Amino acid sequence: VHQLIFWILAVLTAVSSIAVVAVRNVVHAALALVGALMGVAGLFLLFGAEFVGLVQVLIYVGAVVVLFLFGIMLTSPRTGERVLDNSQRPLAALVALIIFAVLSAGILGATKGLKLQTGPAVSTRAVGQRLFTTWILPFEAVSMLLLAALIGAIVLARRE
Amino acid sequence: LIPLAAPLLLGALLFSVGVYGVLARRHGVLLLMAIELIINAANLNLIAYAQRWSTVADGTRAISAVDGNIVALFIIAITAAEVGVGLAIVLMIYRRRSTVSVDELQLMKW
Repeated sequence: VHQLIFWILAVLTAVSSIAVVAVRNVVHAALALVGALMGVAGLFLLFGAEFVGLVQVLIYVGAVVVLFLFGIMLTSPRTGERVLDNSQRPLAALVALIIFAVLSAGILGATKGLKLQTGPAVSTRAVGQRLFTTWILPFEAVSMLLLAALIGAIVLARRE
Repeated sequence: LIPLAAPLLLGALLFSVGVYGVLARRHGVLLLMAIELIINAANLNLIAYAQRWSTVADGTRAISAVDGNIVALFIIAITAAEVGVGLAIVLMIYRRRSTVSVDELQLMKW
């Protein structure tokens, strides 16, 4: 059953991610991004990372995509600027294909015969305990980073 | 049991699709979306490997699984900061030049 769930989620993620870079409508791209992020969140849950999976749904799907939609609504491009892709498309596709081929060859060579078991979940309690003891300094640094980014975003987006 | 290569290959696919998006799109917001795909590829690999090296010999959870999850959490937090600042920059550019096309921004191009 877990294998079936994995492949469903993997196909959902792959198709949605390709849709993000291929569709001709910006809002549709944002909705496809929701599909890709939800698929990745499902994979996180399947691989026992329950807290990360839930944070992925809350932060990405809940906050980041809504931010993207606000960004799209507030910036309607001029007429005549409907073309979303530039002239580098064939070259970009070639570069992406080469990257994928090289990565795939490396992955298949390095993980031959290795298996991954699904579950049991890493408990949220374990994550919290580790986060607030060993990782407390990076945690505070990330808090400062978020504060700085928040202030920076307000300063940048403020009207004069 | 799933082959370990499967989630890693999916991560590679997400990364390549994201690179294509960054190179081929010219709408500023779409560029940020493609960057999200790349970051999710990294997170997927982190979680897959955290799960792979998580059980020690006696079947209990190794601490490395928790650490892998925590690094992924940090990446999500940093991404949120990145998107906030990135969208603020896109909004500011739109307000000053009434365009979101990154191809028209050549002020710093040599």
